[in-house]
Amino acid sequence: MSEKIVTLSDATFDEHVKGSDVPVLVDFWAEWCGPCKMISPVLEEIAEEQAGKLQIGKLNIDDNLEVTRRFDVMSIPTLILFKDGEPEVRLIGAKPKGQLLQEIAQYL
Amino acid sequence: MTERRKVVIVGSGPAGLTAAIYAARAQLEPLVIEGEPSSNSDQPGGQLMLTTEVENYPGFVDGVMGPELMGIMRNQAIRFGAELRTAKVSRLDLSSPSPFPVWVGDPEADEPTVEADALIIATGARSLMLGCPNEERLLGYGVSTCATCDGFFFREHHIAVAGGGDSALEEALFLTRFASKVTVIHRRSELRASKIMQERAFKNPKIEFLWDSVIVDVLGDTKVSGIKVKHTKSAETFELPVTGLFVAIGHEPNSALVKGQLDLEENGYVRTIGRSSRTSVDGVFACGDVQDHIYRQAITSAGSGCMAAIDAEHWLEERGE
Repeated sequence: MSEKIVTLSDATFDEHVKGSDVPVLVDFWAEWCGPCKMISPVLEEIAEEQAGKLQIGKLNIDDNLEVTRRFDVMSIPTLILFKDGEPEVRLIGAKPKGQLLQEIAQYL
Repeated sequence: MTERRKVVIVGSGPAGLTAAIYAARAQLEPLVIEGEPSSNSDQPGGQLMLTTEVENYPGFVDGVMGPELMGIMRNQAIRFGAELRTAKVSRLDLSSPSPFPVWVGDPEADEPTVEADALIIATGARSLMLGCPNEERLLGYGVSTCATCDGFFFREHHIAVAGGGDSALEEALFLTRFASKVTVIHRRSELRASKIMQERAFKNPKIEFLWDSVIVDVLGDTKVSGIKVKHTKSAETFELPVTGLFVAIGHEPNSALVKGQLDLEENGYVRTIGRSSRTSVDGVFACGDVQDHIYRQAITSAGSGCMAAIDAEHWLEERGE
């Protein structure tokens, strides 16, 4: 995994997401989810390319039910973009890189 | 200058990747344009990326997870020198004889991205949706086409599965791991699914069936709170209070790229000639679910991918290439 991606947990979520100077794109994922695997390399690329402008965080839903429930995640992959700690946009399902970037562009 | 390849394969499910393995081993250096991430079965790895356990693929005595199987096939294709590109073909031009121009990205670009001497179409099929008013709005909020992705979120919930084929029963059975109750809603009074799947579903105490019934709407404000069901014989409608709806009512072929360019069957599937993968255009071959509305199995798909690679190889040899 790219060094630019941060692994989030129930315990560290608020600290990372609320304390971030840049928007945080959180990937709600699990080991058993095929489409999550598909977008993983896309997120790695975005993390490298947008370093300094966007933080990417990964939250394993199996291990972190509290945050998963708090944001009513009911389908994975779900990506939620947080700005100043608040959820701004939610993307459900695997999407191509171009489309992902387009949908979050206005928040960067 | 536009890149020129002996073989270009469009799609990367079992058909596309098997074609890639065979073409690579025949030293044809195939380029596989594998698609882009998506959650509705038009993605790298194909429909198996959205499935759970595959129990009927020969060679896996204990079964294998769909995404894992596709990862293995992908690595096998790469091992023999196939090149995989994570991109979507936006346009094909089959109006002139080979080489065939292939566009990735902007379909209006003057120059195609690559030209293919032989072209293998392995674009597969996608899940059909119900088409009722609130289905799309609630997709991801209780409506799902991927039991493996979303079953987890319905622990101890009552959920519904639409459909009556193997996929529907596989999803229903998988979902009983999480759900307190699974109602299978089928528009006929008997199932299309295989006997073994029917038997398992009938035996499972968490699964119940609603026969001769269709879903006319999905209810819920911010997430699914129920579905409206119509009994087709009595025409009565009623509401079923479920929190999840999994749709598995069948498939349609991804043949839009070749529509109007290759002969298609009436139902939109690509027509192949005799016992081959040849299509109505010389040098264009089709394999997998885009040309098969009868068997539609991972193994038949892989088998037809092998045929397409061998047909393409022979065709190139006959042309003296």
